[in-house]
Amino acid sequence: MIYFYKSFFNSFFKTNLYTLEMIKINSKKLAKFLGYKAIRLLILLVVIAAISFIMVQLSPIDPVKAYLGQRIVSQEQLAIMGEYWGTNLTLGERVLGWLQTLASGSMGFSLIYRAPVTEVIAQKFFASLTLMIVSWIISGVVGFGLGVIAGAKEGTLTDKAIKTYCYILQSTPTFWIGLVLLMVFSVYLGWFPIGLSVPIGQLSDTVTFWQWLYRLILPAITLSIVGIASLTMYTRDKLISVKNSDYFLFAQARGESFWGMIKNHGIRNILLPAISIQFLSFNELFGGTILVEQVFAYPGIGQATVAAGLRSDVPLLLGIVIISAIFVFVGNLIADVIYQYVDPRLRSEDDE
Amino acid sequence: MTKLLEVNNLSISFTQYVQGLNRHDSKVITDLTIDVNENEIVAVLGSSGSGKSLLAHSILGILPYNSHVTGEIKYKGEVLTQELKEKLRGKEICLIPQSVNFLDPLMKVSQQAIGECEDDKEREEKKIRQREVFSKYGLDESVDDLYPFELSGGMARKVLLSTALLGDPNLLIADEPTPGLDKQSVEETISDIKNLKEQDKGVLLITHEINVALKTADRIAVFYSGHVIEINTAENFKDADNVLHPYTKALINSLPRNGFKLTEGVQPLDDVIGCPYYENCPVRMDKCEKNKPKLINHNGVMIRCFNYEEVNDES
Repeated sequence: MIYFYKSFFNSFFKTNLYTLEMIKINSKKLAKFLGYKAIRLLILLVVIAAISFIMVQLSPIDPVKAYLGQRIVSQEQLAIMGEYWGTNLTLGERVLGWLQTLASGSMGFSLIYRAPVTEVIAQKFFASLTLMIVSWIISGVVGFGLGVIAGAKEGTLTDKAIKTYCYILQSTPTFWIGLVLLMVFSVYLGWFPIGLSVPIGQLSDTVTFWQWLYRLILPAITLSIVGIASLTMYTRDKLISVKNSDYFLFAQARGESFWGMIKNHGIRNILLPAISIQFLSFNELFGGTILVEQVFAYPGIGQATVAAGLRSDVPLLLGIVIISAIFVFVGNLIADVIYQYVDPRLRSEDDE
Repeated sequence: MTKLLEVNNLSISFTQYVQGLNRHDSKVITDLTIDVNENEIVAVLGSSGSGKSLLAHSILGILPYNSHVTGEIKYKGEVLTQELKEKLRGKEICLIPQSVNFLDPLMKVSQQAIGECEDDKEREEKKIRQREVFSKYGLDESVDDLYPFELSGGMARKVLLSTALLGDPNLLIADEPTPGLDKQSVEETISDIKNLKEQDKGVLLITHEINVALKTADRIAVFYSGHVIEINTAENFKDADNVLHPYTKALINSLPRNGFKLTEGVQPLDDVIGCPYYENCPVRMDKCEKNKPKLINHNGVMIRCFNYEEVNDES
């Protein structure tokens, strides 16, 4: 044992050997990190798919009735419908069938859109993605900015105003904010259209960029508003703790100006955690999209999710669930990577 | 010759709210008087947590907002107002902080030493100056790109010292420069600080380590329960018979080389009406309980004790 330690320390001090070893550990560490994450993702997807299947099975909604509504059809027609929707299948048969389709490289066929699931998701997800990215950026920039201002001016009227604004937003549901904005800006003021991503009576191919952008504004603002509140409060809190730190005091003692210190030491120390928080908020973003799209009748992944759920379109629902799980997972993964590989303190701990 | 730094009757208190809206003023420094000449090292010696650092903070104007300050601080004969403090700090008056925690953890040390710059030209000039000062203290170029957490204890000390010296200040305030350092690093720090004196700078050394104060300073001010009770030369501190205040005598007798004689009692936490040392004093008189002695000059030594006031009166 003692010999082992001796040889270990000997090799430790041979610098060139040590450097080599360090690189080896590093790539190994990265591979280990990604492998570990991949396994977690796999387990997550299996669990989520299983839960979705069970929920659909337990769902009180009869997809045939939901599809037909008030229409009257014959018994034979009903049987054909039942076969189309798969109501006669057991849970085991459903799972097996879905896994077989998945193994053949497709996600199946959406029953309500009558198109391959991948195609439906691609189209709907793209529409939502623009909405989500725009509001994600707005909430990130505005939330961080407000947080920095409130933190820097801690205790002043500005800070109190921002704090109150955040508390109100934080305690208000997204859909309600959407309704209020719709009433104020679309109904009373008439500045924005009431809903839909395309003007009524126009084909979606002929919509111009500006028309599309114009209709995106209100939903995007609604979606970003809730994200702003939590990020602002977080940023404010972090900045205040930086302001109370010894290094901030020393910077002050060295005659740096206040806003210079906020910029050089404050933002430098809070930007990384704030970006991580913003990536971690992908799940809220996705959940918010579903509500906002309902309120604004914006045809995106949110509306497709609601439709798939209410009408038991199992293949589409599962497809959306898996894609959204991966979406949120990637957000969390980015946040993890930022912490582990960008922060110089953690980065070096990995090296050693 | 005007004094580099003069602190006259400085008191610092903090307003706190205890139990709801009851305001409570806690006095941390009471009636502090001290001065530093060019070419001189003055040590403020006091126990940990007694508020010594606040003296440094008030000279630099970086006290927290709920503090209340009375008394005056003069720099080169000019009263230091908040505006003047803001103008001078980092240039004429610099702080050497306690530890590496005073450096921004996410900023490379050279960048931090250079600090804020208005344009690229200023940055380049400061960069050259930074390199100069760093090399003077044996920090080679590889240190420039290190983050604070990558520095060893000794290196961190030199970085903090070089950072303070970058602006070529006249007055340096060293706030506990030797905590947790090994013996060799302490010796190095002491010689670095002594070296500053030879460059005609004044140093205010704030420390709780009596040996560091004895080896470094020309004069030592003893800080007891928020009061300066004696300011004497470091030479006189070598022998308990040459210092005046009973607490200082007890302090010197408690050193290992002087017999390790310990006395009972603790420093009062709150400001007292009479002499802060009354409770533990072996030579106390009746009036010491209700009256506070003033800091007076007794044959060139500043002393806060009625025993010497009377001697003065009689002579």
